[in-house]
Amino acid sequence: MGLPPYATLGQRIWYYSFRVICGLIFFFLVAPIVVVMPLSFNAQDFFTFTPEMLRLDPEGYSLKHYRDFFTNPQWQLALKNSLIIAPLATIISVSLGTLAAIGLSQSHVPFKGTIMAILISPMIVPLIISATGMFFFYAQLGNWMESTLGLDKGFVGYVKVVLAHAVLGIPFVIITVTATLVGFDRSLTRAAANMGAGPVTTFFRVQMPLILPGVISGGLFAFITSFDEVVVVLFVGSASQKTLPWQMFIGLREQISPTILAVATILVVISIALLTTVELLRRRSERLRGMSPG
Amino acid sequence: MAEAMLAADGTPLKRSLARALRRQKLRALALIAPLLLFVLITFIVPIASMLFRSVENEIVANTLPYTVEALADWDATGTDLPSDATFEAMFYDMFIAAEAKRHTRLGTRLNYETTGVSSLFRQSGRRMDDVADISYEPLEDLDKAWDDGATWYALFNASGDADQALLSEQRGRVARLSGSDASADINFAPDAQAAALLPLAAREYTAWAVYVATQDNRDPAERDPWEAVAPALVTDLQTADLSGYSGPMADMLRTAQQANLTVPNFTREFADMDEDWATLEPWQTIQTHAGTYTPGYFLNAIDAQKTPEGIAWQPEEKQILLTLFGRTIWMSLLITFSCIALGYPIAWLLANLPMRKANVLLILVLLPFWTSLLVRTSAWKVMLQQQGVINDVLVWVGLVADDGRLIMINNQFGTIVAMTHILLPFMILPMYSVMQTIPPSYLRAAKSLGATNWTAFWRVYFPQSVPGIGAGSILVFILSIGYYITPEIVGGTKGVFISNRIAYHISSSLNWGLAAALGTILLAAVLVLYWAYDKIVGIDNVKLG
Repeated sequence: MGLPPYATLGQRIWYYSFRVICGLIFFFLVAPIVVVMPLSFNAQDFFTFTPEMLRLDPEGYSLKHYRDFFTNPQWQLALKNSLIIAPLATIISVSLGTLAAIGLSQSHVPFKGTIMAILISPMIVPLIISATGMFFFYAQLGNWMESTLGLDKGFVGYVKVVLAHAVLGIPFVIITVTATLVGFDRSLTRAAANMGAGPVTTFFRVQMPLILPGVISGGLFAFITSFDEVVVVLFVGSASQKTLPWQMFIGLREQISPTILAVATILVVISIALLTTVELLRRRSERLRGMSPG
Repeated sequence: MAEAMLAADGTPLKRSLARALRRQKLRALALIAPLLLFVLITFIVPIASMLFRSVENEIVANTLPYTVEALADWDATGTDLPSDATFEAMFYDMFIAAEAKRHTRLGTRLNYETTGVSSLFRQSGRRMDDVADISYEPLEDLDKAWDDGATWYALFNASGDADQALLSEQRGRVARLSGSDASADINFAPDAQAAALLPLAAREYTAWAVYVATQDNRDPAERDPWEAVAPALVTDLQTADLSGYSGPMADMLRTAQQANLTVPNFTREFADMDEDWATLEPWQTIQTHAGTYTPGYFLNAIDAQKTPEGIAWQPEEKQILLTLFGRTIWMSLLITFSCIALGYPIAWLLANLPMRKANVLLILVLLPFWTSLLVRTSAWKVMLQQQGVINDVLVWVGLVADDGRLIMINNQFGTIVAMTHILLPFMILPMYSVMQTIPPSYLRAAKSLGATNWTAFWRVYFPQSVPGIGAGSILVFILSIGYYITPEIVGGTKGVFISNRIAYHISSSLNWGLAAALGTILLAAVLVLYWAYDKIVGIDNVKLG
């Protein structure tokens, strides 16, 4: 949609001003995220650019907020918890979710609509409502596990948060894996069975490698859901299960510390890495499916 | 008529196929079952428990069972106080509730309906012992043996037939009051003869025995009962016919009956404790909210309340929730419109650029989409503060004086800007996928037929892009009415949503019933919108990234 050579002056003005408007909107989208990065190297405990920083004086920059993140026991506890909770929740959502997605993609599934609605519901219900419901129920569940099963309080706390996060991640796994399975060629499993492979071998040797990109990107979505989740963990967990977003939330609400900006920068870098991974996986998946016959 | 076709093994083909189909269905269900069960237990049941909690109101009848019964036929709209029997029932209920420390919880519950009930209950709970002592002390003066738990145990523990009905009734009373199990074996069963002769004292003693045995794990035979048994016994003795009684402590009972001890005047004692007890209000509150299920929380959620005269609005100063619901909807609409205004040009540009350029620009949309919500929220806090980046730039440019920095955070403006930014990708992506399907030749055709740029856009292109606007708008609106984190951080007091109120009631005011009712209303609204979304766009068209 280039500008034709016969465009009038008005058209030219509109063409360029439209570009400028779009540029400003893109600026609006990206600027807040970009601004955070240089500010996280601030040598002062300020949330804004100091005159030293604007003069590009090396004195104005430092890694002290990063140092604080890696040495402060509160942040380290939060990081540790996030790294415990998110992978466990992801493993649960991916394993259960992949099985169910394979079941759902069969041709004759009774009550498919209802089942799908139930499995997708954790994504539809606003987090605050999920958190409220879970708050009531998981407190009772936790008491039961502590008193009847005699489990350790800290352990029960992790179990509650992991279960809650696993269920929040499930819709993403279901959606991505069923989408991958739509393009899956069923004659491949039949061919495998024809050549004498059992259902388990067929699954691991034929089906799994082909749907793996979908499974991994579903898993990444589940991981980021748990890693980024704060409302449910605030309601269901206790202070010893606080995760990175929890610590950031408290930091933003109460004592404001520039360490948050350092953490934010690290998280942006991680999300760029994840975004790239998902994009590469999507391309690979399309290529694989394009190669498969039929 | 052709013969039925047979499969290889000789069964009719129809049946053989049906069996294969059934097996296929079962296998599919077996694969889905573990996840379905998992989601049902960890998600659907919690949501259902929230719905239940929004109408559940057992606490009043559980804590004050006899009072509720006695109040049942009192006319709350009249001018008379409840009967003396009601005050008596209140004393026994309140006594055991105070011993179990449950009266303050009920006070808190009823305080949501009538301010002041909480402190009334808290203070009265402490005074129950004093009322009981009015009977207990004379009894003890009469015979020191009444001060000994063994006397009471001998009097009421079954020597002949046990009154099992009374025992299980009191087990139920204690279980409901304390909210825990009271069915453990106890070293006590009420004597049927004593229970028939001294019904009130037997009832209170049994309740005490069940309580100490099941809640405190003590042996009732070795403990002294609560003082409340004394007024109960004295009350019973006023009417009891002891002439034919020959069971334990017969002589002591006769002596006590002849001494004609005074029963406390419960009505006066309560009025002395706090003059509010001599007004209709606390009693009206208890009676109005005695039901096991109540619409009360839902009424509170829309700024109304249940009164003896029916449903009425809350007092003016307590009406905030309808305003908050209205503000939530209004601000969500504003956010949706800002997203349309900002998203439409971007989606149009992306859809009309060559694929390679569009993919590069799409990354700029996806980056915020993939960035942690808290990162984006903290970024806006950094940008919008009075000492923040935007104000600094404005001061540096000279648009704003240093002492006239704009207040852009902790108000509605902050919430709208930050949430527009956070939800914008959800608007752009559906719009973009719809606009990609609109052939650019339509615009060219319109122009070649003589339409101006504007007419071609407005009459040809725009109508075809409306489904994208609809899909994006519903998505953004649904997401924004349930938002909690961003308004909490950048919204201050004026820019918060109903979800912040829910969180407040869960973690600060502990009015969980109201939180559940607010959550239920919000959930219903979201489900209706999703139903509309499914009808218009189709849930299956939800795409990620």
